[in-house]
Amino acid sequence: MLIEQILIQTVNGIVTGMILALVASGLTLIFGIMDVVNFAHGELFMLGAYVGVITLAATGDFWLAFVISTLTIAALGAALYWVTLRPLLGRDALTTILATFGISLVLQNYALWQFGPVARKIQEPVTGHFSFFYLDYPWYRLVIALASAAIIGGLWLFLKFGTFGIWIRATMQDRVMAQAMGIPVPMVLTAVFAIGSGMAAASGVLFGPLVGVNHAMGLDWVLKGFIVVVVGGMGSLGGSIAASILVSLLEAYASLIVSPAQSVIVSFVVLILTLLFRPTGLFVRTPR
Amino acid sequence: MRDRHALIYWSGFTVILVLLIVAPLVLPEFWRRFLTEILIWGLLAMSSDLLIGYTGMVSFGHSAFFGIGMYGAAAALLSVSPPSLGLAMLYGLGSSAAVAAFVAYFSTRLRDIYFAITTLIFSQIFYVIIFTWTEMTGGENGLTFARPKLGLPGMEGLPFTSATLHWFVLALVTASYLILRRVTQSPFGMVLQSIRENETRTRAIGYPIERYKIVAVMLSGLFAGLAGVLYAVQNRFAAPDFVFFVVSGEVVIYNVVGGLGTLLGPIVGAGFFLLLREASSRFLTEYYLIPVGLIFIAMVIFLPQGLLGFMRRWINR
Repeated sequence: MLIEQILIQTVNGIVTGMILALVASGLTLIFGIMDVVNFAHGELFMLGAYVGVITLAATGDFWLAFVISTLTIAALGAALYWVTLRPLLGRDALTTILATFGISLVLQNYALWQFGPVARKIQEPVTGHFSFFYLDYPWYRLVIALASAAIIGGLWLFLKFGTFGIWIRATMQDRVMAQAMGIPVPMVLTAVFAIGSGMAAASGVLFGPLVGVNHAMGLDWVLKGFIVVVVGGMGSLGGSIAASILVSLLEAYASLIVSPAQSVIVSFVVLILTLLFRPTGLFVRTPR
Repeated sequence: MRDRHALIYWSGFTVILVLLIVAPLVLPEFWRRFLTEILIWGLLAMSSDLLIGYTGMVSFGHSAFFGIGMYGAAAALLSVSPPSLGLAMLYGLGSSAAVAAFVAYFSTRLRDIYFAITTLIFSQIFYVIIFTWTEMTGGENGLTFARPKLGLPGMEGLPFTSATLHWFVLALVTASYLILRRVTQSPFGMVLQSIRENETRTRAIGYPIERYKIVAVMLSGLFAGLAGVLYAVQNRFAAPDFVFFVVSGEVVIYNVVGGLGTLLGPIVGAGFFLLLREASSRFLTEYYLIPVGLIFIAMVIFLPQGLLGFMRRWINR
């Protein structure tokens, strides 16, 4: 019985870890390239889920809703960047925290105003369970993990081999030099923010069926995202993915012993220990 | 020249103080309470200005100190009968100072955004603890309690009316302002400001920066806790909502809007925002944060100095 529970929690941990990795890699990408700490990331996640709800209701096709939501929120992200963050480039990174905090307040309350306080439900595209040894597990959760892995993998390939990806990495290394080499830096920065926002929306739609969609759902995720990004090492994509899975697994195991609400404390403890012993992040090879 | 500055400054100070003292005698009940509330939030914002404006550390964790002050006061008021104001202050300040020491020890290892994120996460730790520890804290519902008597020496047993409460809060806020002003102008405060300007150089000169930062966070947390105690006494409840990090964010908003590094600015910012909230909540009810957020974003972009920023040098002289 206990083994069964541990197995289930392991799979649960990995599945939530993959979603978290998707959220966190958007955060890391935006931070690593633009020095912007995006407080509004959780709200983009939440709005993504809402757009998913609406398009799903209109079209009836989950994957179409997934794509439309990702694209819509990516466009919204680009617009937000253009209007609010671009004027702040070159100022203290702290001002971006303030601006994105303001954005998050506005978006969250807009969602509350527009969609009301009652949680909406997204119907999962894949129903049914499967059995594996002791395990009885819904298929959809595996779909989530695989889809997240595919998106993150796609991002990695894009950054590694795509021309635009190479531009992004060049901008990350040295913005002025990249500009001098003829890379359209303002466009690259906008695109990065759009990609990060789109990833937040994608994870929102994927995660929607597991819990209700409501206006405050983003808060939890942006906090966890911050924890993961700090634990994994700020700006390190691989680090934040590893940290996401580690933290989610630990939380999943902790929820065997204490209530799920309290298991969050485990990730706080991981964060404190990281700050004490390796403040540059657990998964960064060379401390800065 | 210096005398003239001091004369203008202190006469301005006296005029505002007198206006605030007289205010409850002329204002109707609602606005009396409202003014007291502005002073309390102003005190909270002022306490975080010591970190944000003077030391250059943006704290997103002041809700924790505020909330712990509230719950500390609640614990004292609920456990002793008749409720004693002095004990509430003692418990509230003691617990918030302890929490501030704990947070400071860890978070001051980090700088800039890392400090901001760490303080934010620490305040969430306390939020989760308070929210889930239902037997002790009342969980989601919080705690309610009776307001203690105004137990000052010489006027024992005087009940708190909205006017005496206002004067009590005003006295403490004024005292806190004078203390914080003195602190920021002391050699200690000068070191804090030099940390803000250039941390590496300050370290090179030989100041133990970490120790200064820890003391700054503790001091700031202590005054935030005082604001929490006052809020608990005014509203006769303690609720987990006040520990949630959004409250810390609002405190940062008060600071930025009012003007960083002025101590008075945050009070003005709190007043500005509470009025804005009051005005817009008349027709937008719970969605008042939409215009508030928009104005805040605009101010971050176009007016980073804040409302009182233009007189920052003059105030700090």
